Amino acid sequence: MEFFERFAIPHPDPMIYASMVAIVLVSIAIVAGLTYFKKWGYLWNEWLTTTDHKRIGIMYLISALVMLFRGGADAVMMRLQLSSPEMEFLNAQHYNEVFTTHGVVMIFFMAMPFVIGLMNYVVPLQIGARDVAFPRLNALSFWLFFAGAMLFNISFVIGGSPDAGWTNYFPLASNEFSQSVGVNYYMWALQISGIGTLMTGINFVVTIFKMRAPGMKLMKMPMFTWSALITNVIIVFAFPVLTVALLMGTFDRQFGTSFFATGNGGMDMYWANLFWVWGHPEVYILILPAFGIYSEIISTFSQRNLYGYKSMVASMVLISLLSFFVWVHHFFTMGQGALTNSIFSITTMAIAIPTGIKIFNWLLTMWKGKIRFTVPMLYSVAFIPLFTVGGVTGVMLAMASADYQYHNTMFLVAHFHNTIIPGVVYAMLAGLTYWWPKMFGFILNERIGKWAFWFNVVGFVLAFFPMYITGLDGQARRMYTYSESTGFTPLNMLSFVGAGLMAIAFILIAYNIFYSIKNSPRNVGDDPWNARSLEWATHNPVPEYNFAIEPEVNSSEAFWDHKKKKHTLFKGKIDKIHMPNNSGIPIIMAGILFVFGFSFVFSIWPAVIIAAIAFFACMMYSSFENDQGRYISADEVKETEEKFGGASK
Amino acid sequence: MKIDHSQPLEYSTHKNEMNILGFWIFLGAEIMLFATLFTSYFIYENRFGNGPSGAEIFEITPVLIETVVLLTSSFTIGLAINAMRLNRPKAMLWFLGITLLLGATFLSVEIYEFVHYYHVGATLQTSAFTGILLTTLGTHGAHVTFGLFWGIAIFLQVKKHGLNPETANKSFNYSLYWHFLDVMWIFIFSFIYLKGMM
Repeated sequence: MEFFERFAIPHPDPMIYASMVAIVLVSIAIVAGLTYFKKWGYLWNEWLTTTDHKRIGIMYLISALVMLFRGGADAVMMRLQLSSPEMEFLNAQHYNEVFTTHGVVMIFFMAMPFVIGLMNYVVPLQIGARDVAFPRLNALSFWLFFAGAMLFNISFVIGGSPDAGWTNYFPLASNEFSQSVGVNYYMWALQISGIGTLMTGINFVVTIFKMRAPGMKLMKMPMFTWSALITNVIIVFAFPVLTVALLMGTFDRQFGTSFFATGNGGMDMYWANLFWVWGHPEVYILILPAFGIYSEIISTFSQRNLYGYKSMVASMVLISLLSFFVWVHHFFTMGQGALTNSIFSITTMAIAIPTGIKIFNWLLTMWKGKIRFTVPMLYSVAFIPLFTVGGVTGVMLAMASADYQYHNTMFLVAHFHNTIIPGVVYAMLAGLTYWWPKMFGFILNERIGKWAFWFNVVGFVLAFFPMYITGLDGQARRMYTYSESTGFTPLNMLSFVGAGLMAIAFILIAYNIFYSIKNSPRNVGDDPWNARSLEWATHNPVPEYNFAIEPEVNSSEAFWDHKKKKHTLFKGKIDKIHMPNNSGIPIIMAGILFVFGFSFVFSIWPAVIIAAIAFFACMMYSSFENDQGRYISADEVKETEEKFGGASK
Repeated sequence: MKIDHSQPLEYSTHKNEMNILGFWIFLGAEIMLFATLFTSYFIYENRFGNGPSGAEIFEITPVLIETVVLLTSSFTIGLAINAMRLNRPKAMLWFLGITLLLGATFLSVEIYEFVHYYHVGATLQTSAFTGILLTTLGTHGAHVTFGLFWGIAIFLQVKKHGLNPETANKSFNYSLYWHFLDVMWIFIFSFIYLKGMM
């Protein structure tokens, strides 16, 4: 029995038992449904083994949406707990677990896959390619992310959730103060999905450098592709730092090293340094693609070309460089001295300059434009003022001496939500709505979408602006309750109302997907938004080979030139097309790593060793496998093109 | 697959070019990984708590053997790629085989070294210094171990299929990897052992 006791949850709660039942029931329902409708073969052949960047992108997006609701449930629970003083909805331990999983899920398993999903779908189309450079590696990246996400999500029903915050500072995260296996889950879930992300980074840098359509010089790439390139370069340089940090953390917890201990030569704050050397670039890994998406959308719906293309690129490069030199601003109060703090204070403030350039470029793009307020454009327009508020409070936080007042208060929580929600989340929702017809051939209902938008914006302002005030008044973050005499009650109640409105917004978005699948007209054509870049030059939804004929490009708005300036995109005739084969190896390898991670979390060493051997055996098998891909014949391409209404334009 | 005969075999297809660029970028990530380990090493270098310091446990003989063996293997893998460029698969296999043997020798001596550390009471748990020392050396050693298995796979494939764009490409990337491990070892030798023994 002792063996099984370790799997028990250390802090049981009726809600957790209810979740267990729900998880089991949903799993049974999914298995039964797939069996009843005989969809196992379809699922395996068309999705689980696919190497098509578009399908992988869609799987990323579905996972991100599911995780959005999981992290959102955590958020609502926290706001409910704080809505009135001395609330007894969550106890201190449970609250710790909830804010930890909220942070981890939202950053790693919602925002990251959302960004990478959109990159997967859009970037190859924008550069006129037929797939990414390494399609099978791309599938492996997705499945590693997925394995990591699943490993993290089972923590709260098997063994206990991590409870040391998403930043997981030592010594709080050490065995001494965090006794359940929760933090082990944190280490391995992030390690596995992080390796997947690193491979995505390599894959997309090569794709963008080597697979652009003829004529597309670097300075003729659409802005989203530019942002993707810079983002992936940051990924390649930042993620190995996380790998080492997680490895050292694992060693400390499971092998008894003393890297982050307080004695025996250890240095507890070194974790914070390593974490943020990765963590701050990570912030820009999320926001730069968002900037790229806004650039595309604002330009399309203002019906003007993007203002200041070169300065947009330069500012992104500058942000990416600066992002590696600001990490200390996360712990000005740690005591590294005035000189160090001043340096990092200045580098942090400097980031406001390139960001400000971008804000003005977007405004000038809209200047005198014929603006159409569609849902994606609404999000983009709301982004500009809201994000600016987030940026300005960021500069406030960057002032090292003043930071002693703000540090670890709700002011900080308000600040980073103010940048992440209007910055990243709105961009993802805008991008999803904007490229939805590209993926599925119909437009999401605009009326429901606008309702969701307004709930989202009003909810956001109500939820987070009060935190600036309570934070300045001294409400600490990560405290599970407060007394009535603090006077925080009305503003916290307001935050709760705001969180509720945002929850409604996300439910409306989910409902909109179901509603539009049933009701939206399908004949929207290939270019429903009157857009400008190359992805709109092919059909909706995109055929598996993307472009029947490789496009030729002469500017960053090749499709617009094609429509307005009589530029011929498609020269030559239809030929056979080389495509990658499906492969079951990626999902099998990810499954093995899931077993590896799970066994490691619980220190079940025989299973760890067997899984490790199986993993390398898969690599060996892959190395010896002779997979040359396959060809789609010219006739088949012609047939498909005719089905879409005429051969290429 | 279009083959460009004006290029060396490993660069002759578009796919091959992408593989090599991708591998360089991967090595960039690996450099970040080792850079983080080295930084951590420097942080913990003098934080040995109650445990031994570097000067007390480092032994010059095994380290010198490891260095000589690994540097030689870097030379022989270079000869293997040279033979590949001259389209002499048999010579290439010989040099690749010697490289693998030298790699295995390196690994054996490193295992001996680890046993030595264990006997003088320098384990992962002893102090933060010994922890980071063994983690850094261990990461390098794990890379060499992985490289040995990968090398065996490539040896068998070249033996079976001869030199074609695919096997040449794999061998070339493998040689980059092996040189990279060598460069990392030079850093380990200079900044961990020599600096520690001074």
